[in-house]
Amino acid sequence: MAESPFKADIERVQKEYSEKMTPGAIVYIPGSSVVNKTGGWRVFMPQFNREKCIRCFMCYTLCPEPAIYLDEESYPVFDYDYCKGCGICANECPTKAIEMVRESK
Amino acid sequence: MAVRKPPITTREYWAPGHAACAGCGPAIVMKLATKAFSEAMEEKYGDPNAFAIAHATGCMEVVSGVFPYTAWKAPWIHVAFENAGAVASGVEAAWKKLGRKGKILAIGGDGGTADIGLQALSGMLERRHNVVYLMYDNEAYMNTGIQRSSSTPYGAWTTTSPPGKYSIGEDKPKKWVALIAAAHQVPYVATASIGDPYDFYRKMKKAASVDGPAFVQVLAPCVPGWRIPPEKTVEVAKLAIETGIWPLFEIENGDFHNIKFQRFPKDGKFKKPIEDYLRLQGRFKHLFKRPEAIQELKNQVKEMWRILGKEVELP
Repeated sequence: MAESPFKADIERVQKEYSEKMTPGAIVYIPGSSVVNKTGGWRVFMPQFNREKCIRCFMCYTLCPEPAIYLDEESYPVFDYDYCKGCGICANECPTKAIEMVRESK
Repeated sequence: MAVRKPPITTREYWAPGHAACAGCGPAIVMKLATKAFSEAMEEKYGDPNAFAIAHATGCMEVVSGVFPYTAWKAPWIHVAFENAGAVASGVEAAWKKLGRKGKILAIGGDGGTADIGLQALSGMLERRHNVVYLMYDNEAYMNTGIQRSSSTPYGAWTTTSPPGKYSIGEDKPKKWVALIAAAHQVPYVATASIGDPYDFYRKMKKAASVDGPAFVQVLAPCVPGWRIPPEKTVEVAKLAIETGIWPLFEIENGDFHNIKFQRFPKDGKFKKPIEDYLRLQGRFKHLFKRPEAIQELKNQVKEMWRILGKEVELP
């Protein structure tokens, strides 16, 4: 399983972020919004069927978060920490390899 | 099976965890625009990070910069509503003085570009600064609660153009900032839509690699403002191209006689009716009780194509 491209950012913000106000209120850590795990917004959850995937990269291109990254074989991996469950990936998938199912917790 | 390479770069400049709605169209624009920009910078200067962003107030500025966090992984400056063009000009001039190589990306919504920031944009284009201005067009002031802008299309509901007994909603035609920008005779002006993401990606790359100012206007549907379900964002943008309501074109050096069109039907006949595009959106719901308003919208679309030099037929 491939690693999220934002893993380094998550580690950095956990290590360096402090509550202390910086001069001019400048935000020094790029991409620090990764601490907000927006996956909690989700009602429907994308479920991926690897057999049906033709690797057209449409879901990877169109995810607004981005909560989809690619593994070593260029198959999409869904990052459920951030996926808001909008369903664009399932709607645009040409082979219907992604299905939205209601999430139960 | 061989590993396929994605058609867009895997470098990320737009991090998750931002506060945009589920299914946000402009968020897709931000992601693709920065990726395309970095690819162009790598090809031109050998450094994918050789760019900075000046961002006018708007939805994407608000959701990406919730203090004390930022969703950007590139140098980014938030400026007031009206002066994204002016600040981008200043940053570009400073980079020139410092001898730094690279290009500046200015981003504004349709309110920050078509209404409030038009003067700064015009100045930036006229002074020939090496800046790309990206206008993400969600066709109203969505951040403050869906007020009409001059880029709102005819017939659309907004909170300041409510339809009723004496009103059909917005009653004026859409203002095309891309044509205003092209009239400055700048090297590159284009319109795009997230309904065709690779076309937008190519145009953004082209805009970033020309010398001098460029302007890209991209259609980015807004889930709460257009009253659409979140999964239909890209579908609506696609229908906008297929029904002819959103033209895809490129104008180089202000040459209106040689406009390049993308995805334009060869015989000028669009296959899908404009009603298909309107039906998906709650903001046009009232139009179906008023066929004369839909006819008026069609006349305006035909007129827009005539100005662009094409005779079209709409079903």
